Amino acid sequence: MSENKKKIVKSSLAKENFYKLLHNRLAVLGFMLMFVILMACILAPLLTPHSPTDLNLRHMGKPPGGEHPFGTDKLGRDVFARVLYGGRISIAIGLSGALGGMILGVIIGSFCGYYGGWLDAIFVKIAELVSVFPQLLLVMVMRVILGEGIKNLIIIFVFTGWIATFRLVRGRFFSLREESFVEACRAFGIRSSSIVFRHILPNCLGPVIVQLTLNTAGFILQEAALSFIGMGVPSGTPTWGNTINAAKELLNITNYPWLWVAPGLAIAFFVLGVNFFGDGLRDVLDPKQQ
Amino acid sequence: MATEYILEINNLKTQFVVRRRRVVRAVDGVTFKVRRGKILGLVGESGCGKSVTAHSIMRLLPKTAVIPEGSILFHPEGGESVDMAKLNPTGRKIRSIRGNEISMIFQDPMASLNPVYNIGDQIIEVLREHSKITKKEALERAVRMLELLSIPKASERIKDYPHQFSGGMKQRVMIAMGLICRPQLLIADEPTTALDVTIQAQIIELIKEMQSEFGFSTIIITHNMGIVADMADDVAVMYMGKIVEFGTKEDVFLNPLHPYTQALLKSVPILGNAGEDKLIPIRGVTPDPSEMPPGCAFEPRCDFATEACKTCVPGRVGVTDSHIVRCVHCIGEKLDD
Amino acid sequence: MTESNVLLELNNIKKYFPITAGIFRREVGAVRAVDDISLRVYRGETLGLVGESGCGKTTLGKCVVRLLEPNSGSMQYNFGGEMRDLLSLNAQESFAARRKIQMVFQDPYSSLNPMKTIYQSFDEPIRIHSDRNKEERRELIARLLEAVNLHPEYMYRYPHEFSGGQRQRICIARALCVDPELVVCDEPVSALDVSIQAQVLNQMKDLQEKLGLTYIFIAHDLSVVEYMSDRIAVMYLGQVLELAPARSLYDRHIHPYTQALLSAVPVPDIRAKRERIILEGDVPSPADPPQGCRFHTRCQYCHARCVEEMPKLEPLAADPEHFVACHLAEERFAAVGT
Ligand SMILES: Nc1ncnc2c1ncn2[C@@H]1O[C@H](COP(=O)(O)OP(=O)(O)OP(=O)(O)O)[C@@H](O)[C@H]1O
Ligand SMILES: Nc1ncnc2c1ncn2[C@@H]1O[C@H](COP(=O)(O)OP(=O)(O)O)[C@@H](O)[C@H]1O
Ligand code: SF4
Ligand code: SF4
Ligand SMILES: [Mg+2]
Ligand SMILES: [Mg+2]
Repeated sequence: MSENKKKIVKSSLAKENFYKLLHNRLAVLGFMLMFVILMACILAPLLTPHSPTDLNLRHMGKPPGGEHPFGTDKLGRDVFARVLYGGRISIAIGLSGALGGMILGVIIGSFCGYYGGWLDAIFVKIAELVSVFPQLLLVMVMRVILGEGIKNLIIIFVFTGWIATFRLVRGRFFSLREESFVEACRAFGIRSSSIVFRHILPNCLGPVIVQLTLNTAGFILQEAALSFIGMGVPSGTPTWGNTINAAKELLNITNYPWLWVAPGLAIAFFVLGVNFFGDGLRDVLDPKQQ
Repeated sequence: MATEYILEINNLKTQFVVRRRRVVRAVDGVTFKVRRGKILGLVGESGCGKSVTAHSIMRLLPKTAVIPEGSILFHPEGGESVDMAKLNPTGRKIRSIRGNEISMIFQDPMASLNPVYNIGDQIIEVLREHSKITKKEALERAVRMLELLSIPKASERIKDYPHQFSGGMKQRVMIAMGLICRPQLLIADEPTTALDVTIQAQIIELIKEMQSEFGFSTIIITHNMGIVADMADDVAVMYMGKIVEFGTKEDVFLNPLHPYTQALLKSVPILGNAGEDKLIPIRGVTPDPSEMPPGCAFEPRCDFATEACKTCVPGRVGVTDSHIVRCVHCIGEKLDD
Repeated sequence: MTESNVLLELNNIKKYFPITAGIFRREVGAVRAVDDISLRVYRGETLGLVGESGCGKTTLGKCVVRLLEPNSGSMQYNFGGEMRDLLSLNAQESFAARRKIQMVFQDPYSSLNPMKTIYQSFDEPIRIHSDRNKEERRELIARLLEAVNLHPEYMYRYPHEFSGGQRQRICIARALCVDPELVVCDEPVSALDVSIQAQVLNQMKDLQEKLGLTYIFIAHDLSVVEYMSDRIAVMYLGQVLELAPARSLYDRHIHPYTQALLSAVPVPDIRAKRERIILEGDVPSPADPPQGCRFHTRCQYCHARCVEEMPKLEPLAADPEHFVACHLAEERFAAVGT
């Protein structure tokens, strides 16, 4: 057979997808934005000598320049430090909320999609119920039940964030479970848990990862919004939302623009970066476009 | 000026420009003639360019396609000859031919009918596009056509929607739409591939019957050698965008000369042989259309290939008046492309 | 063909798919995909199943590999001389029995997991059904790929790098990786190009000879089934209408449906002069099959008895290997002659 003589090539899907991603300009740009901001946040102690929480009454409300590149707020806290250290917490909240939602959504979605039946019907109803409930009201109700705190905010995000992933995974499972390769697994007597997690699940991870990026971006925005209205993270903790919160009063918006412009841009660029990257991933991982 | 041929295709090339400016030569120098009132069978494997040839004749190609070379001469009875390859694909002239003088039926009857209109409306639309008749007259003609195609209770069923018809009945409706304007040439692209054998037999008989009734010419496209043997008068065997063998049914089936035709005939089981003769498979696979071998396209799979086959594309050789083959081993009159 | 040679015996297998309607998923009827089929499969033979689409071939095949559970009936399988019902095995026995019966699916493009290399797809079944270590498993996979004429190093590639024909050969190799006795092949070549079909068919014949496999070969193309099979069962609306050795089915087909089916197949031979029998109308819906003989709505020999009484699949008096389900079987046999 002539095909036997062909050169032996070990192939890798991951490598191929990686190169495709490199060719997607928007994805690369998004990744750079994300990466630069993330690194700046992680390396905060090297970039600024100030602490985000130390008050300095001699430097209250200073405009940007010199020692304080982004200025100081009305309590004399360094805005640059607050943006960097705040970023750590905001990103951590967004990412862990999204990750938690993803894990929950993947597990429930896999089982519902593979087995169907009454279990599936129940979760579909729950998902419907949660998603028709006004989001803000839901968050407020849960805030009241769970109380204030970073952990509780993450729990709230997980609770509202699993639904998109659940629907996605369930839908993919519904079609994948009919594919012959799944039937072949069953004909071999491979255990259902192995079929679900080792054979079918890897085929839905592309869209799940894209959903993860979208949720991360969404939750960072939500944290900012909730903290801004005082429903999010306790005001003592620096986050992007709490930093903007300092500019809440109308007068501050015009008189102290650096209070909100700097954290606002940080949020905008990071979220934009995550979204670009997510879109790029979607294009690369979408099997229909191959 | 009725010539013997209704359609003459000369050196037709149809190419697609795909990503990164790669060119796919889907049809690469096709030459054949369709005799008036006869059935031509166009056979070949999936992807060899049969459908693209048909769509080129109808000028129903996607925007990425170009016809850089070749002519498609259509000689209608009692009309001026036209070169379909030179027409504007959206112009008035081609629209007056399409569906009227030349009509086409497609492989998938399910996808070719619009689910939101009833059968009658869809047939009438074709008719009224091309002739000025009243709706009532058109409806009558549609009913008569469906009756001719043995659809029971045609006058009632004409108000039904496509989903109320089975696959075989939908294909009958498609044939009705194709024949309602009394075309001179019917192009049927795999009309039975989606159907069961017994329904396929019904449709084959039907097309043959209609053809002897109305006397139109037909190009029937298929990958099934059996259907060609059954229906066709002339046969064109296609491989990777070229007609490798052309001749009457007797030429091609009783005296196949091209190695591909020979191999194809030996690689399909024949009913009644009960596995007595072992099939002889064709080795390898069809080449990627964007990375064609420089010489004869069949060379990597051919048992008779010589060194010359690797480098130069074999020309057309007329073995007899009717039998034309593209292979270096064939002796006869050299024809131009 | 003796009793002891029976590998699998199907008795009155029925598989109905419920049709539900309304918000309460009320059952309003059932698609009778397989409706009372009894068959024997002998060790080492190829039993062909032919019929038009929707007649229940795939469903029957999936019941045999136990991808579907029949509503009723029994499937006796020969475990080294002892016949046991596959449907009443305990969990452990049932798992062990899966090794013996494998399936090759119709669509080579969806039969392999796109996210796994060939090696990964083969490895797990071998691991759970044998105690081979990693090195031995790799060796076995290499040997299997070689057996279907593919380079062993291909095991590290992903399915999208293979053509349809290659994929189907890989699927055959995968079915063989647990060393089965019976392989159900569901239209293994109908998704392939004509010029590729012969490669796969010959491959399957060679493997059968080498490994002593038994095949249930499903196809809608009679010429392909005839090429592959020792015996052929003709199915219509969930039932077997005629079952005979391939040669006698072609020479002395008795059932009017078989006759029409055979005459409908286009043959690539222009000298063959054949009388074509065109069946009227379409196959009735399997959700509402005709009373009496399933075929009576399209049968040109239909008479009063056919409408009321369903004919049984019975052997001919003169030929006990030839089974026909038609009231006129003996008369028609006499007319055909021997
Ligand atoms: N729109 C298009 N863009 C790019 N390439 C195309 C396009 N349409 C067809 N082709 C290519 O042209 C070649 C011929 O295709 P065509 O559809 O004519 O095959 P065919 O002989 O009708 O096959 P089948 O039996 O599967 O219908 C193929 O290689 C195909 O991939
Ligand atoms: N999972 C299913 N649910 C409902 N009906 C089904 C299912 N699978 C098959 N059927 C029906 O059962 C009948 C037989 O199907 P199948 O065995 O796939 O036919 P074949 O393989 O002969 O083409 C068809 O009418 C089909 O629509
Ligand atoms: S030209 Fe050469 S390679 Fe091509 S078909 Fe003829 S012998 Fe074979
Ligand atoms: S039993 Fe009657 S209807 Fe059925 S096949 Fe025989 S003759 Fe025809
Ligand atoms: Mg086509
Ligand atoms: Mg099937």
